[in-house]
This record gives sequence, structure tokens and C-alpha cells, in this order.
Amino acid sequence: MSISVRGIRKKFGQFQALDDIDLEIPDGQLVALLGPSGSGKTTLLRIIAGLEFADCGTVQFDGKDISAQSARDRQVGFVFQHYALFRHMTVFENIAFGLRVRPRALRPSEPEIRDKVNELLALIQLKNQARRYPSQLSGGQRQRVALARALAVEPAVLLLDEPFGSLDAKVRQELRHWLRQLHDEVHITSVFVTHDQEEALEVADLVAVMNEGHIEQVGSPEEVYNRPATPFVFNFLGNVNIFHGRVDDGKAYIQETDTGNLAFVRPHLLEITRQPNGANHFRATTTHINSAGPVVKVDAITEWGAPVHVEISQERFQALRLAKNELVFLTPRDIAVFGKERAS
Amino acid sequence: MASIAQTQFRAAAGPHSSAAGVAASEPAVVRWVLIGVAVAFLAIFLFLPLAVVFRTAFQKGIEFYFQAFRDPDTQAAIRLTLLAAGIAVPLNVVFGVAAAWLIGKFEFFGKSLLITLIDLPFSVSPVVAGLIFVLLFGLQGLLGPWLIAHGIRIVFALPGIVLATIFVTFPFVARELLPMIQSQGNEEEEAALTLGASGWQTFFRVTLPNVKWALIYGVILCNARAMGEFGAVSVVSGHIRGLTDTMPLHIEILYNDYQFVAAFAVASLLALLALATLVVKSIAEWKAAQQFAAQSAADPERSL
Repeated sequence: MSISVRGIRKKFGQFQALDDIDLEIPDGQLVALLGPSGSGKTTLLRIIAGLEFADCGTVQFDGKDISAQSARDRQVGFVFQHYALFRHMTVFENIAFGLRVRPRALRPSEPEIRDKVNELLALIQLKNQARRYPSQLSGGQRQRVALARALAVEPAVLLLDEPFGSLDAKVRQELRHWLRQLHDEVHITSVFVTHDQEEALEVADLVAVMNEGHIEQVGSPEEVYNRPATPFVFNFLGNVNIFHGRVDDGKAYIQETDTGNLAFVRPHLLEITRQPNGANHFRATTTHINSAGPVVKVDAITEWGAPVHVEISQERFQALRLAKNELVFLTPRDIAVFGKERAS
Repeated sequence: MASIAQTQFRAAAGPHSSAAGVAASEPAVVRWVLIGVAVAFLAIFLFLPLAVVFRTAFQKGIEFYFQAFRDPDTQAAIRLTLLAAGIAVPLNVVFGVAAAWLIGKFEFFGKSLLITLIDLPFSVSPVVAGLIFVLLFGLQGLLGPWLIAHGIRIVFALPGIVLATIFVTFPFVARELLPMIQSQGNEEEEAALTLGASGWQTFFRVTLPNVKWALIYGVILCNARAMGEFGAVSVVSGHIRGLTDTMPLHIEILYNDYQFVAAFAVASLLALLALATLVVKSIAEWKAAQQFAAQSAADPERSL
């Protein structure tokens, strides 16, 4: 089911949580709402779910306006950050809940419920834990039960609020892959909220980057990472060096002095050489080198005294035999220039 | 070499551990004094009065004790108390649950005012509470003439007693439930809603089971107070023997008539009620703890 959000605004007291949000989510996609805390991403998700109501604007499922419908009638599966499992029910009863509360005419029979729940227990690999209570499960297990509970009612849309936010790094990684696999199997239109750019870029088909109640950019992970539309997206997705910059004849340049424009360069798109190599390089002095890890991180000070971060491969680092307090030449391979007022 | 190192280690560890032992508790004298004060306090204010009640009740033997309950006025008083509590407690359960749910789950204008109002019976003297009803429904009261004209008796009759009891006991259930409901937040209810549950289903299947033991405890407290209430009921009842005397009022009358054995026999019933309340409360707490323990029992194969 496709979701379209049109002109949504929401205020909490004086705080403008969402300001004129438009978003199209195509059928069957896994979409990430990515942004820092306070950017309005969870509010938007809750409005799509019907747990919150917008001050104005509409939400449509498959072109049908459902803005006035309650969460109960929207057929959404919602997975909460802190799981929100029913603590007095077993894992089995948690998953069966959505089926048991259906009106009598629509309620499956007891054997049907049992089959359905067992099928889901197998899917989340918790068949042996059916009779346990949520407090007896680990965080990752609880989150999977929450997901199974949401899927039990066969929702048209699956919404996940920071689904892996309160798990430790390793479990998070595993569940992330598992969610991607699960989505590839069931193809249910899914939206998940995250503040973790890595998570969004790795899992989602489409990423909507949000900031201060606005959507900054919507695009595939490649698009938002490689072609950020705004300085905010540039800054939020990965590390970036910010310089003064200018554009001449369609080419971007870094400059020492203030030009009213800012130039953004990713650390891995700065080339380090020991000799000047022609156009558009600048001098810098290395101050710190961290060679632990797959890439070597080099901190340096430019000739005009600004700090700059560079990432180079281990091979390149070996070839250069770089050390602290050495003069090097930096050549940016890709520069993005934005007007200053937009960048601030 | 190794043995020297060991001795040194022991020497270092020795004073260290004993220092920790001293720091963790008070000297024996202080402990015994504190325990003694607590026990003496309990003895004077709880155990001694309880002992006196039962001693006086059984002063003239078991025969006299049970004879006290054969008096029709006493039986009427017991019936009236059970009836008043039987009406007031269920109503206050409904009010209390509704109020705690409203305050715990929703944000609205005037919320703190409502909380203050719920606490009002705690701060108002029960006698004043009784007087309010007399001034409202009494013969010279605000609604008195209209009630008389329609043949409705409230003051000096069962309705007045029930009203006064409800007023005095209505904070108990709400007050017990509120912290529980507030601490649990809204997420489970929201989850139930997205899974298609109606408001009633959410309430009975999710909210209520989570506060079950707090509710039971609130009901017990409410009931104990409803049966034991003296001040407010005393003002509205009119003390008509065999008709509008509740147990506490009847005890006072018997006592003033120098019927000590009978007075304390009835009083022993109320004391038993208090003891029963304590027992049920302990069971409720034990059950809650047991349920919690069962839920959080260590899971040997806690894997992802």
C-alpha cells in the first residue's frame, strides 16, 4: 500500500514539530525517516499511524484520505522503541492479541490463531520461548516479539519507531539485516524512524532526511549520501570538512577568505600528496594520525590555520610513509558549494 | 617468595575488610535502642489496644461475648454497616478506576485541580463532611423542602449514610491506582489500539491486569475505612437504634450505656476486620511479588 503525506503541520504548544511535510512512499518500499532528535521524525510516524493527529494536512493510503480514521481502523502495524509488549501476557498471547480482539465475525478460530502464532514464532526464531513472559527475554528477543505481534494482524503498512534504538551495537547489526531480509520476503510497505545514518543507509530503499520539522531530501541511500541536496544533509550523513568556497565557470574552489559561500568536502575525497600536483591544491601540516581501522584518519592544519580531516586507505598510508608534523599537499576531488545563509 | 607475597596480601586485606564491616552498620547499642523504640511504639499504639479490646470482649466468658451479637439492634447495626460498605465500595471502585485512568493517561485542563479534589476527603474533617450533607439534604437544608415534598429521605436514613461513606472513602482506590497507572505510561495501550482493540478491550485486557494488585489493595483499604467510618456517618445518621446505627456508632452507644462487654465484642469484629485486611494485603503483595518473580526468573538460554 502506498502512503502519501500532504502538507502536514503539527505544533506542540509553541514548538513547531512538523512544518508543511510532503512525502510519497511507494508501495512495498522500506523507507527510513532519518534525522536528529527533535527533527519531527517520530511525530510524523505517529501521525501516519493515527496515534497523533496533525493540525492540518492529510495522510492517504493508496490515494484514500484516512486522516480522520483512528489508529484502530488504519490497519497499521506499529513497533515501539521500547517494545511495549503486554507484560502480563506470554510471548504467545502477545502475538495472538491482535487476532483475539477482533469482532466475533472476523475472529479466526482457536486452531487458526494457534497456527498463525506458531508460524510467526518460527519466523522470529522464538518457538521455544512461546510460554515465557516479556521480562524473561533479552532486548533483541523482545523487539522480535513486538514485530511478530504487529505482523500477526497482517497490516497494510508496518511502522517502526527507532526499532533498534535501545539495543546494543551487535544485536542491532543482526536485527538490521534480519529486518531487511524479512522485508524482502513479505514486501510490506514499511517506514522506520532512526537517528542512525548508518542504519538508514544500510537498510532502506529510500531515505527521507528530516531536520527541524522539514524534510531536507528524499532519495535512495546512494543519492542522499553522494549527492546531498542541502548542507544539513551533507553534514548529517557522514563526516565533512567545511571551508570557504566559490564557484568559477561551473567549477568549485576552496578559498582562504570568506566569500559568503561554504565548500563541503568529504574526508575521503581529499587526496594527500607530498609534492604539489597542479591545480587547486593547498598546503597543510599533519597534526595527528590514527591508523587503527580499515581507513587511516589524518588530522591536519591548513596553511590558513583551519583544521581539516582526511581519510586515506592503509595502502596509500604505507606508500606515503606519513608522520606527524609534516607538510603535505591536499587536493579535493569533489567539492560542493552552498550559499552561507542556507548552510547555517 | 610466593608465600611472602601471600602474607602481605592478607595483611593488606585484613583491616580493609573489617573497616568495610564497621562502615556498613551502626554499633550494636544504637541498633538495639532503635529496635526497642520501634517495638515499644508498636506495643503501646497497636498491640496493647488490640489486646484490651479482645480481653474486655471476653471478660465474662465466651457465652457473654456471643450473647452480645444476639441483640437485634446489634444485628441491625452489622447489617447496616455491611449494606453501606456494600454500596459505597463498588461505587468508589468505579469512580476511583475512572479517575485514575483519566488522570494517569490523559492531559487536560484542570487536571491538578481534579487531583486536589480527589484528595479533599483526606483533608476535610469527617464531621464537616457529614455536616455538608445535612446542610444540603437536611430538613432546613438547601434541597430539604423539595426532597420532603417528594417523599425522599436522605439524611437520617440509609442514603445519607451511604453518601457520607462514599465521600470519606473515595480517595483510596484512585490514590492507590494513580502511581501505578502513571508509571506504566501509554505505550501498551497504544500498541493495543494499533492492533485493533477497542477502548473497552484495551482497558480490560491491558490496563486492568497491569494494575490488578494495586486495585485490590485500594479496595481493601476503601472497605476497611467504609466499615470503620464514625465522624461523617455520626452526623448524618441521627442515631436511630436498630435503624440508622452502623457498627462504630453502635459501639459508642453501648459504651455510653456501660455495656462494656457488648461494646468491645462489636469492636472486636471491627478489629478482626482490620486484621483480615492486613492478611489480604499481605497476600496481595505476596502474589504480586510472586507474579513478578515468575516473570523475571532467570532464563538459562537467554540468547538473541
